[in-house]
Amino acid sequence: MVRPAFRAIGATIVPEASAMDERAWSDLEQVVEDALATRPLRMRRQLVLLIRVVQILPVIRYGRPFTGLDPERRTRLLDALQNAPVLLLRRGIWGLRTLVLMGYYGRPAAWPEIGYRGAARGWEARR
Amino acid sequence: MNERRYDVVIVGSGAGGGTVAQALAPLVRAGKRVLVLEQGPRFADEEFSGRELDMAPQLYRDAGGFLTADGTMTLAFAEAYGGSTLVYTGTSLVAPERVIHGWNVPGLEHGDIARRSAKYAAENHVHPLPPEEINDNNRLFAEGARKAGFQVEQFPVNVKGCKGSSLCNLGCPNQAKQGTNRVQLPNAERGGVEVVTRAAVLRINGDRSLDVRVSEKPAGAKGRPSEWDVGDHRVQADAIVLAAGAIGSPALLLRSPLPLPSSQVGHGFTCHPALILVGVHPQAITNDVGHPKSFYVDRAVEERFVLETCMYFPFTTAKAITGFGPSHSAVMRVFPRLQQILVLAIDHSTPGNRVAVDGEGQPVVRYRYTDEALDGLVRGNRAAARIFFAAGAVQVHAPFADPPLIEARDAHRLDQLIDGRYWKPGKQTISAAHLMGGCGMGRTSADSVTDAWGRVHGLPWLRVADASLFPDALEINPYLTIMALADRVAEGLLADLAALAA
Repeated sequence: MVRPAFRAIGATIVPEASAMDERAWSDLEQVVEDALATRPLRMRRQLVLLIRVVQILPVIRYGRPFTGLDPERRTRLLDALQNAPVLLLRRGIWGLRTLVLMGYYGRPAAWPEIGYRGAARGWEARR
Repeated sequence: MNERRYDVVIVGSGAGGGTVAQALAPLVRAGKRVLVLEQGPRFADEEFSGRELDMAPQLYRDAGGFLTADGTMTLAFAEAYGGSTLVYTGTSLVAPERVIHGWNVPGLEHGDIARRSAKYAAENHVHPLPPEEINDNNRLFAEGARKAGFQVEQFPVNVKGCKGSSLCNLGCPNQAKQGTNRVQLPNAERGGVEVVTRAAVLRINGDRSLDVRVSEKPAGAKGRPSEWDVGDHRVQADAIVLAAGAIGSPALLLRSPLPLPSSQVGHGFTCHPALILVGVHPQAITNDVGHPKSFYVDRAVEERFVLETCMYFPFTTAKAITGFGPSHSAVMRVFPRLQQILVLAIDHSTPGNRVAVDGEGQPVVRYRYTDEALDGLVRGNRAAARIFFAAGAVQVHAPFADPPLIEARDAHRLDQLIDGRYWKPGKQTISAAHLMGGCGMGRTSADSVTDAWGRVHGLPWLRVADASLFPDALEINPYLTIMALADRVAEGLLADLAALAA
């Protein structure tokens, strides 16, 4: 349940991720897992709980889980959560969003897509 | 338990610890033993890859994501040979006279800080970059700021042979930045000072001993193994210098069984909360090549903010852009057209904001944004947006606007569009790298932890030599001031050591 929901959340945060193949998703998830590996168990449990909440929450309103929603409704739900009056929810979505962005934009494969060319050789690399 | 004995032990190897280590090296020639204990590893030059996810977890505490207790701000500080001097951009400013005067610490004069700062600026090759090395990201800031009516200053930076990788915050891959890892620590080691890495100080005991735990190099990690055997060590010393930073030093004191007369340890913590703003230009600019930080606008006195040029890497940039989805991607996908400005708020130390420790002795930073800091962030957002548009940007992403993306046609109503009512703690990405206070200098144990020479009240064998000494915000980049204060601490210790040994 968690992986499909995580991928649906990931593709809502970075729409380009919806076009990724299985290998690219594995790379992204590996980045996230590496980042979480050094964090307290409590934090990892909270993250899994949050993903489950995001997955189940739309059942109340739309009668289907997050993975069953169209992109527009997914966006609306995450937007409502990132603006929620409860700090805990806002923080949770910020953390989830941070992990997805880390997984997506931290991969060197994403850099040509956005035109990032940072290189240790600096000016020399541009000449 | 391995037992060892040294005359002086320095905890931490950053701007403070590295400076003290070099200054005390002459003691070794006189037959004394001086030791630096560094919690992080020592990296080989070729290990600095410049790749964000490769370097950040190796260099920074919690990969740069150390959170305040309420989770609304990340604090960036390094744990490595050289401390945070590995990961700053090398900007080196002398403390403003009004700030040192405002600290009101008896025995601490601005003239003395300025003189010592000049010494380390010369030693670290601090100079302004020549115009031909300034990239568009910096040039546009200077041009836009002048057009918008701001006074622009150029940062002196401590680089030698800078290739313009723009990767300063990931540890210079070309060894150009003259941090303590390049200058003071190697000098100290050549003089006979011992530096032991991967050595965490668990506690300092009242008999002047330190309980130290040396860690194994994790599988796959960068850096050399520790110089000592893995395991627990007890180190006896005549004098101990704490230079573990504004979080590490107060946390270590708080978990140590010491008869401290002051209840001020951990109090007075403050920082410069910072936001990244992004401007989108109609054409590609040089941004991810060239030194990232050449100019600044100082509005600390008038409006409680400072603006600095900056340029971050893909993930850090993506994290700074508020929100998600197509509008977020649209900004990321024009990375070559992005200009970036860092807004730093001036936040003075406030009761309640402090460093504490949890049940395991790990640091916890309790921090609430003051109205003053939030006002500085709002004003800084507006000023940065004006600069972007004056420089020719067609869109500006301002975290304190909702929606955050502002078009050039709306540049005339920035005061309406950017407002404190759009601030939602936990939604916008705010971080701080200038961490200060927690072992503040002052008059007595009633108002401070140390005196003007970093002597801990009531424990003359224990000194502090890092940014935790600041009684309040410095309002500029802190490294030269830390080095100046550490130089004083070393001078005081050299004068007192014979008496302490007796």
